[in-house]
Amino acid sequence: MTDAVATREALRVVGRPVVRHDARDKVAAATAYAADWALPGMLHAAVLRSPYPSARIVRLDTKRAAAMAGVAVVLTARDVPRNTLSTDVPGQTTAVGPLRATLHVLAEGRVRHQGEPVALVAAETLELARDAVEAIEVEYEVTPGVFTPEAALAPGAPAVHGTGNLLAEWRIARGDVARALSGAKVVVEGEYTTQLVDAAYLEPESGVAWIDSDGVITIRLSTQVIEHFRDVAEVLQVPHNRVRVIGTYLGGGFGGKEDVTVEAYLGLLALKTGRPVKMVWTRQESLLSRAKRHPYRLRYRTGAAANGEIVAQQIELLADAGAYAYLSALVLLYSTVTAAGPYRVPAVEVDARVAYTNNPPTSAMRGFGAMQTVFAYESQMDRVARALNIDPVAVRRVNALRRGDTLPVGQVIETHVAIPEVCERAWAALGPRAPARAPHLKVGRGLACNFQPYGRIVWLHDWASAWIGFEMDGSLVVRCGCPDVGGGQASSLCQIASEVLGVTLTRISVHVSDSALTPLAGTTTASRQLYMSGNAVLKTARELRAQLLRVAAPMLGGDADELDMDEDRVVTADGRTLAIADLLRECARVGVPRSHLGVYHAPAGEPVDLATGSGKVFPDYTFGAHAAEVEVDTETGVVRVLAYAAAHDVGRAINPQSVEGQIQGGAVQGLGYGLMEEVVVEDGINLTTSFATYLIPTAADVPDVRAVVVESGEGLGPFNARGIGEPPIGPPAAAIANAIEDATGARITRLPITAERVARALGLLG
Amino acid sequence: MIARLVLNGRPREVDVRGNQTLLEMLRDTLGIFDVKEGCDEGVCGVCTVLLDGRPVSSCLVLAAALRGRAVVTLRGLELNGGLHPLQEAFVRHGAVQCGFCTPGMLLTTLAFLEREPRPDREAIRAALEGNLCRCTGYTKIVDAVEAYVRGESGPQ
Repeated sequence: MTDAVATREALRVVGRPVVRHDARDKVAAATAYAADWALPGMLHAAVLRSPYPSARIVRLDTKRAAAMAGVAVVLTARDVPRNTLSTDVPGQTTAVGPLRATLHVLAEGRVRHQGEPVALVAAETLELARDAVEAIEVEYEVTPGVFTPEAALAPGAPAVHGTGNLLAEWRIARGDVARALSGAKVVVEGEYTTQLVDAAYLEPESGVAWIDSDGVITIRLSTQVIEHFRDVAEVLQVPHNRVRVIGTYLGGGFGGKEDVTVEAYLGLLALKTGRPVKMVWTRQESLLSRAKRHPYRLRYRTGAAANGEIVAQQIELLADAGAYAYLSALVLLYSTVTAAGPYRVPAVEVDARVAYTNNPPTSAMRGFGAMQTVFAYESQMDRVARALNIDPVAVRRVNALRRGDTLPVGQVIETHVAIPEVCERAWAALGPRAPARAPHLKVGRGLACNFQPYGRIVWLHDWASAWIGFEMDGSLVVRCGCPDVGGGQASSLCQIASEVLGVTLTRISVHVSDSALTPLAGTTTASRQLYMSGNAVLKTARELRAQLLRVAAPMLGGDADELDMDEDRVVTADGRTLAIADLLRECARVGVPRSHLGVYHAPAGEPVDLATGSGKVFPDYTFGAHAAEVEVDTETGVVRVLAYAAAHDVGRAINPQSVEGQIQGGAVQGLGYGLMEEVVVEDGINLTTSFATYLIPTAADVPDVRAVVVESGEGLGPFNARGIGEPPIGPPAAAIANAIEDATGARITRLPITAERVARALGLLG
Repeated sequence: MIARLVLNGRPREVDVRGNQTLLEMLRDTLGIFDVKEGCDEGVCGVCTVLLDGRPVSSCLVLAAALRGRAVVTLRGLELNGGLHPLQEAFVRHGAVQCGFCTPGMLLTTLAFLEREPRPDREAIRAALEGNLCRCTGYTKIVDAVEAYVRGESGPQ
């Protein structure tokens, strides 16, 4: 792109905190979420799930359930035309060879994790469907399982699948690490443990399917990926164009609605019964069965010179994939690429492995593997600074990547790296230090940076498309297959179209997330949607504008290049105007289309060999820093976050209010990760399948988050924006751990940082 | 059995099962979808309605036990078809992202402000403790409530 960096003053709509169109509908409760949908004659569906983490299915008898009055159908694996879902890379690209991962739609002969789906029921009422699930007879023979990645990789461990338990492995070796470590002024060693956590969106997985009047199996559901219509078609063994997915506005996604959830089940049940079917998972079911964030064990040896410069990082990562691969290999790739942090490190070794276990499966969640590593590399950075008596901002400034630097994986950083600015601004935003309220209440501060890729891996050849058209009255329609997860995705597309075409925001209708009726735009994942759909809308709007102004030029007498579109008119340099409706009538008369379909292709590349550091993996990165002030009760270990500031270089804020919202919300999710959230699993059994036991932050648990929006004017998105969906969740855990050490001298290396762990680290528990 | 209630100002009699909750009656029997379901165990606050003016989790109330009590859902707030000023404040302050917690959040806030009309930020946070939000991090929700309390319409 040859976008000139527009100044904010030159922009009319982009860069302004406009009110989102969806906010009005949502405060009025007029938004119809996936579960807020009903059709005449609709059946209700329920899933039978395995109570065991590892067992053989000896007998599965559905006769009694199927014979119950009001039960329409009971399905098991043998009723599924193709009982395999590919979960490698959702979206428009599926050929990734070695990363291909599959799972069964319904269990075949064996279950590998608690909650694995075994059978489906559709019945006249939800109560009947649940009763019928209870009436299905299953005899299990419990088999030995493995419940930690270490145990899974030990010789002689029970195999979760036919192959060995090592699912994927990535390595990086750059420079002479042993030599650099031996020459370092200090070498800091640390082992860190991160936990299993859940996306815990408030809207459970839900949807309704029906066979539409044209015979197309139509599934209206809460999803981040409408392209799963293809996966459903494969399962049903019908042509891809006979399945349509309508994505609703989501009640939260955070990666948890990236893999297939209810859509394959709904498609099957609608096809088998010919009737509309609704499926809504209970909260317990959602917490039990949804793929979660990978727990990691991270071992770091970090060497630094006397001036604080990191000279080497030796890193070993081990992650738990749970029972199915899902996106584990890619999550681990993100960890591997980001393992050394947003810093210049001449010598780096990364050895990263992910193993199958009989634990709950893990897959995408906001941060996607570039998250667990932050806790380790930023704890290490802080320990280096302490060892050398350098202040936390200075040590990061010394080490920060700069444009033109090469990451250990061989990727050259091509845009501005704002690490020094975001560190300084986040640190300063904490304001004056709070005085200690009592001698046993220690106050401390911590800083943590991160970098998060935005956009998909370059060898996936990502693209997005959009259609924009004028109605004859001058109102505008934007169509784009972009799911809106609540981050304001659709609203930002309206702002971009408004900016280019000069149409008032209130005169724009936007249709998103329909695999049949909106041009496909790829997944709302990987912090890619503003970048990709935003660029698609920008490109389409510019091409449509040029198309229309070529008609306007002779009407106004002048050169098309000198015309502007503003306030629903065409305007000449000397202030003459042409109403848009008049221009559209002229277009109709002369046969020039008033609409346009545009496709944006992201810069693509070839697969890289990580080990040899051969090149580009991601399009670009978003850089940030968070600063926390905590109060630690040294008698109980209770940690209270007193102040919190989060700064990210977003390139250009399309809607500053939405950007702040992403930063604040991501930071609080990250605080949940750092301080309280944990899916507790014992021998494969999930002990936290309710919101009473799986705790996420409430309004009373967290402070205000000061969002600092830095705009470098450099990024690959529309108007030089960078992705900001995932980045803010990364730094909080490390910022808190660093603040606790600042307050008490105790270093916490295991998440979540509960009062008990702090008390133990303070020696209070003996 | 028959559940008797005054729903958004109108007396209603609804045929329900004995074990049916108010939430199930509203959503499944009456198709009132402005009440959301998040956990069905009284923790998340998404299904909040006002029962005789007090916020309750409708998933914990048996419909048949209502005996003529007043139930208000979000739609019951409408002022001549327009938004309530608190709703307006939520819109203008960016307090809404996915919007799934929003109906319950608004109802809890209004009931709280009836009792405590001039709360500070800490009191607002304490009052909203029973309504989870996974998107906003709460800062902008507190901003919106504070602005409404001060009688400000918003930044624009």
